Amino acid sequence: MQQTVAEKIISKHAGRAVHAGEIVIVRVDGVMATDATAPFALKAFREMGGTRLWDARRVSLVLDHAAPAPNERVANLHKMMRDFAAETGCHFYDVGAGICHQLMVENAHVKPGDLFLGADSHTPTYGAVNALAMGVGSTDLAATMLTGKTWLKVPESIKFILHGRLNPGVSAKDVILYCCKLTGIEGATYLSVEFTGQAVRDMTLASRMVLANMVAEMGAKCASVDPTGLTLPYDWQPTFPDNDAHYQHVYEIDVSLLRPQVAIPHSPDNVVPLDVVRGVKIDQAFIGSCTNARLEDLQAAAAVLKGKHIADGVRLMITPASNRVFQDALRDGTVAILMEAGAFFTTSGCGVCVGSHMGVPGDEEVVISSTNRNFQGRMGNPNAKIYLSSPAVVAASALRGYIADPLEVMA
Amino acid sequence: MTRYTGMAHVYGDHIDTDRIIPGKYTKTLDTGDLAAHVLEDLDPQFSMTVQVGDMLVAGINFGCGSSREQAPIALKAAGVSVVIARSFARIFYRNAINIGLPVIEAKDHMIQAGQRISVDLENGVIHNEATGETYTATRMPAVMVAILNEGGLVNYLVKHGDYPNL
Repeated sequence: MQQTVAEKIISKHAGRAVHAGEIVIVRVDGVMATDATAPFALKAFREMGGTRLWDARRVSLVLDHAAPAPNERVANLHKMMRDFAAETGCHFYDVGAGICHQLMVENAHVKPGDLFLGADSHTPTYGAVNALAMGVGSTDLAATMLTGKTWLKVPESIKFILHGRLNPGVSAKDVILYCCKLTGIEGATYLSVEFTGQAVRDMTLASRMVLANMVAEMGAKCASVDPTGLTLPYDWQPTFPDNDAHYQHVYEIDVSLLRPQVAIPHSPDNVVPLDVVRGVKIDQAFIGSCTNARLEDLQAAAAVLKGKHIADGVRLMITPASNRVFQDALRDGTVAILMEAGAFFTTSGCGVCVGSHMGVPGDEEVVISSTNRNFQGRMGNPNAKIYLSSPAVVAASALRGYIADPLEVMA
Repeated sequence: MTRYTGMAHVYGDHIDTDRIIPGKYTKTLDTGDLAAHVLEDLDPQFSMTVQVGDMLVAGINFGCGSSREQAPIALKAAGVSVVIARSFARIFYRNAINIGLPVIEAKDHMIQAGQRISVDLENGVIHNEATGETYTATRMPAVMVAILNEGGLVNYLVKHGDYPNL
């Protein structure tokens, strides 16, 4: 029987050919948890009688959700993770190293063909490197830390075929926001989402990560991006779906017809063309998160802001995806352009996006953000309004003081 | 598995994990702290009015969003005995079973706030004591029934040493 990418990778890890709907035990290649999820995972690991990890080289702990520690309670959770890593010898990324998903890809903790579990809902991001990666909770993660295995249901798949070329001022973020609108926030629940087509094959790794990242906002279990055109700094074998693999649904989109998209409060599938909300006054602009804070995102913002200055009364906050991204952006002059335009930078991490640390908007304030979720209260204040867009739209909006199209400000 | 009876607190569709427990409160191992802020942005009265054994009832896609296990932990710590929804987001559903919080999917329930509800998990039947209606639940995979019967994945692994045989 013909197989999807999810069926192929799960088969490899189950030791037999499997198809959608089957429930199987699989071996796992790697796991990751953050300061938001690791404390409960380590507690569960101990309660399970765990003393030694199944394989310390395949376990990573990352301090990114509230880092540096904003108070003594979080500081003690960080200390607990630091001590656990020292004791067990697992990989440990301390404050400022970066956002977990960026670090897993940058440091090759996840590779093509792997089956990976992360205690974070945006773990499907690694579908960008042709791995199958799923978000789990703390207790599931603890069980894998102990056994090296998990149980799962082989998902059905849907496919997006992205035809054509992206127009200037339009990016992978606009594409995935549009895809979220098509499926709705529960439209891909339990499913694997494959992306293919000319537009995908032309994309950088960073852009592929944007697509895979936001399948979480469709309720999906995992993502798989066509590996054609993907370059990685090591030897690897691609996994492609079979020609006649079964898809529950196939969406075909001509991305050359797409204009910048914006998700309006309070749901990431509440997506409209930018023109509908052009002119909405903003107070805060944010470029950050596991979705859009890589070098190309910062460069896209710099291209909009070069030699200009953001509007009075607007704050433009930028959180690079990792220390390495920050250094690259310092070296090539991107950081200088952004700071001269009035932006300020924070420590790499997730705090602003998830509302757990810094950058909280005030009551009735409006935020335009390159992040992935705009649920009520997401950034720490239920009385604020969050709009989601590409980094270029965030930059253009910071410049104008209201939601604006990058093309109109660059013209 | 046992039978549960409790009063229903009813909410709508797509209740995300940020509304179940906001991200700013999740950085703790103190389950009492989590319970104190459960559903705070959705219904500030909930944590004050919920009684031990009450049931949380919702529409479709309950628990969408983050993977935070603090969401089911907060509900359980607040005294919620069972979560009934028309459908669940997948990570929340799995997390709830793993920590021993019964969740049951009933696509066509018509439960109203304040009604007394009894749930027979074993047979997947929900009875609305106020109206006399009965709703049939979606069957839970055997692996999840096995984990829930032991009170969660920690207890299951302590007792059996490995995952259920499939």
